[in-house]
Amino acid sequence: MSEEKKLPDPSGLKEEILAKYPPKIARKRSKAMVINDPELDQQIQSNVRTIPGIITQRGCTYAGCKGVVLGPTRDIVNLVHGPIGCSFYAWLTRRNQTDADEIVEGGANYMTYSFSTDMQDDNIVFGGEKKLAQAIQEAYDIFKPKAIGVFSTCPVGLIGDDVHAVSRQMKEKLGDCNVFGFSCEGYKGVSQSAGHHIANNQLFRHVIGLDDSQPEHKYNVNLLGEYNIGGDGFEIDRIFKKCGINIICTFSGNSTMDKFANSHMADLNLVMCHRSINYMAEMQETKFGIPWMKVNFIGAESTAKALRKVGEYFEDEALKARIEEVIAEEMPSVKERVAKARKVTEGKLAMLFVGGSRAHHYQELFSELGIKTVSAGYEFGHRDDYEGRKVLPTIKVDADSRNIEEIKVEKDETRYKPRASEEKLKALDEKGLEVSDYRGMMPDMADQSLIVDDISHWETEKLIDFYKPDIFCAGIKEKYVVQKSGIPLKQLHSYDYGGPYAGFEGAKNFYADIEKILSTSIWKKIKAPWLSHENDPCICAEYVA
Amino acid sequence: MLLRHTPKEVSERKALTVNPAKTCQPVGAMYAALGVHGCLPHSHGSQGCCSYHRSTLTRHYKDPIMAGTSSFTEGSSVFGGQANLLQALANMFTIYNPDLVAVHTTCLSETIGDDIAQIVKKATDDGKVPEGKKVIYCNTPSYVGSHITGFANMCTGIAKGLAEHTGVAKDQVNILPGWVEPSDMKEMKEIAARLGANIVMFPDTDGVVNTPQTGEFKMYPDGGAKVEDIATAGDSIKTLALGKWASEDCAKYLDASFKVPYEVLDIPYGLSATDRFVQALASAAKVEIPESFIAERGRLVDVISDMSQYLHGKKVALYGDPDQLLPLTEFLLDLDMIPTAIVSGTPGKAFSKRITEMCAEKAPNVKVANGERADMFLLHQWIKNEPVDLLIGNTYGKYIARDEDIPFVRHGFPILDRIGHSYFPTVGYNGGIRLLEKMLGVIMDRQDRDAPETRFELVM
Repeated sequence: MSEEKKLPDPSGLKEEILAKYPPKIARKRSKAMVINDPELDQQIQSNVRTIPGIITQRGCTYAGCKGVVLGPTRDIVNLVHGPIGCSFYAWLTRRNQTDADEIVEGGANYMTYSFSTDMQDDNIVFGGEKKLAQAIQEAYDIFKPKAIGVFSTCPVGLIGDDVHAVSRQMKEKLGDCNVFGFSCEGYKGVSQSAGHHIANNQLFRHVIGLDDSQPEHKYNVNLLGEYNIGGDGFEIDRIFKKCGINIICTFSGNSTMDKFANSHMADLNLVMCHRSINYMAEMQETKFGIPWMKVNFIGAESTAKALRKVGEYFEDEALKARIEEVIAEEMPSVKERVAKARKVTEGKLAMLFVGGSRAHHYQELFSELGIKTVSAGYEFGHRDDYEGRKVLPTIKVDADSRNIEEIKVEKDETRYKPRASEEKLKALDEKGLEVSDYRGMMPDMADQSLIVDDISHWETEKLIDFYKPDIFCAGIKEKYVVQKSGIPLKQLHSYDYGGPYAGFEGAKNFYADIEKILSTSIWKKIKAPWLSHENDPCICAEYVA
Repeated sequence: MLLRHTPKEVSERKALTVNPAKTCQPVGAMYAALGVHGCLPHSHGSQGCCSYHRSTLTRHYKDPIMAGTSSFTEGSSVFGGQANLLQALANMFTIYNPDLVAVHTTCLSETIGDDIAQIVKKATDDGKVPEGKKVIYCNTPSYVGSHITGFANMCTGIAKGLAEHTGVAKDQVNILPGWVEPSDMKEMKEIAARLGANIVMFPDTDGVVNTPQTGEFKMYPDGGAKVEDIATAGDSIKTLALGKWASEDCAKYLDASFKVPYEVLDIPYGLSATDRFVQALASAAKVEIPESFIAERGRLVDVISDMSQYLHGKKVALYGDPDQLLPLTEFLLDLDMIPTAIVSGTPGKAFSKRITEMCAEKAPNVKVANGERADMFLLHQWIKNEPVDLLIGNTYGKYIARDEDIPFVRHGFPILDRIGHSYFPTVGYNGGIRLLEKMLGVIMDRQDRDAPETRFELVM
């Protein structure tokens, strides 16, 4: 970001925001709002409990586990053990696209279904284990799935239903169906984040490593933390195919149980969404010796950079050359499209408050458009997502997250195989490849930009008043709130039903969509004409004359 | 095929629900609470519920939906959520300054047995509720009933918290509109005004979830039933409770507490239910039905008679909420259409019984189910066994409509992929014309799409 146009100092804004809060709340919130100085190692408070009544945008552990990580896997029956709501609300509301060929292998695809035990009051009183076992049996009888995942909701933990025991018994009984449970009750942890962790653990425990078949292709990678929202994963697949890189498994956009089971045969893990899937990356590295690198396919330049990282890693001249060819082929139309958009977008201001990764990733796309990010934050990022993994040893797990299981992973005696030597990894890291590392959002943000974790409605309103951004990025709950104030909001969870935004084609889509939003005529017509002339001195003068 | 795993053969299910035709209580309570002016709904549970409910209502209305949550952690789930709710109330009044907060619960706080009445009393005693502000509440366990039950519980909570009895009778009728759209509530107010009937209506989400774009965000929009108006509900002549499931409990409460007699009516969808509503309202408010209503009604009758050839004998499948399905089914029968498959996830024996009775003469083979496992999976299987010409229900039906190639009318909750429901009523005689317009639109579009070129018609 250019130095000549310094961002305004938001310290007065921060004081004003805090002044409204009761003193104890103000002290807490103060630590979650950092005026960024990329030169300093600043600490932000994150991944702590939500303040009751503050109007947070956060969701729960169940949403992080079922909704985010397992939701996109198309051939698993995701059975929600609980009253109906949890299953209903996660029914098709995240736009994980899937593509299952009906002809090939039956083409299992349960994405359009919502499965629930629909607990009633007598299940709360007498327990719901029998109903759960029966529901698993019925799901198996009707759908014959390869796997059934059982997801616990709030009351399940309280009444003491043992979903893991029921799952074990049913797995044994059914024989050819992998049944496993998730203790992802909504009250666990402090946000969706705990659910990611629980999902990672159970996938690792029950599925990863079940199929040792050798991949047929060269350059085998997994793409971790890419959920194929609006077809993002399809675009990345297209690019990788063109480069000759083989994705064994994407976690978990358009994924299948078989792909998960074989994913430990890859030679490299590429991590998109660090927050949701870094556990899997670490566990696969420890157990199987697969190194991982942070990548970002949001933004054309970032996509090129990510591809080059893969080329560097495999140290294969043919692959590197092919990657350069692909970039050279893709870039001209990208450049052409961005040049057109920049006529509208150049110099505009954006704010991004999105889940646990996109608030960082999308800053790259905005900077390609000449748009400055003045303020950003996550709903449920941890300090490492903000400050970089270097702070991991200093993060203290507090009482609210202590009960989230950390599974102990050790080297697999027979299957562990270091894919690259320590020296090679070190050399790659020195080249800036972010080997087993993520440097976080803060170092990439401008001096004096305001970073806010778990932003509240009140803070959102004040930030809008202060910055008067040209575009605000968040989710559905914020969308119409912000737009009623006359500021367009781009949803960066659902993409406002558009996309893909990843990769080269995605970047072009994004440029076009942002150009469209910023040049939408209606924003200029919000005021009724008889009101907008009221304070217009020219008209008044003419009238008087 | 989008629903490729749905087999034609119906097998008995005892435990598994697939593609529900209902959701859980709190979203209904949140919607009802939004129908009180200056009210901030509050979800006493873990925060995921609140986010989901806000999101669903937002997607349905394309408008801001505000609500607070107690944000339970594991600790509060074990030791009780009192501290969370006390803190939430203090924070909400300090930061967001609502006139009142309406608390509902979730399966979490219900399972652990938090005593909301006691916590609210403590909040008031401890000075956490500022002078002149109120906290109202209801219990909405998600494992009982459905979102309709939650709506009903909050309606009763509103009456319990706000209605008073001054002993001076007021020349007005209470209308409990049931779970309908803001456009429907607006139309009901207008029908009352055209009749010359004085009414108090709550909840009233008109002007709350269909707000104008003026460049200014109002956390508490201009609409909503006013607290001072709801307060007078105890002095009214009568209560008209529209929809047994959504409104009867509240009407019963007003009767028991303030001796306001009540009558349960269907939500006025279609001709017959509107006839009954208009007459009941005129009679309760002691007004003559003006001449203009003959014309208003006559226009609906006119459209039906003009277009009956496109409707007569068409088979219809529908799903949704019981209070809506009953008058809709009756309307279909008035149109000589044939309801063949009807499901509602909301329990209550009266539903299937009344549908069966209603259809006995004109559609004796109707398949109907409600309650547990009366879901859209079952409905789809029924449709596979007996194909229909029209499908009516919320957005989730679009998957069935596409797979089976059925003309589809969106009606009910939630509608996530079209607009209209917030702005154009489907209640009353005018609403009936809109329902007809929608049904005829999809039926005639289908005829246009499928007609061979030789039989493609200009005039229909």
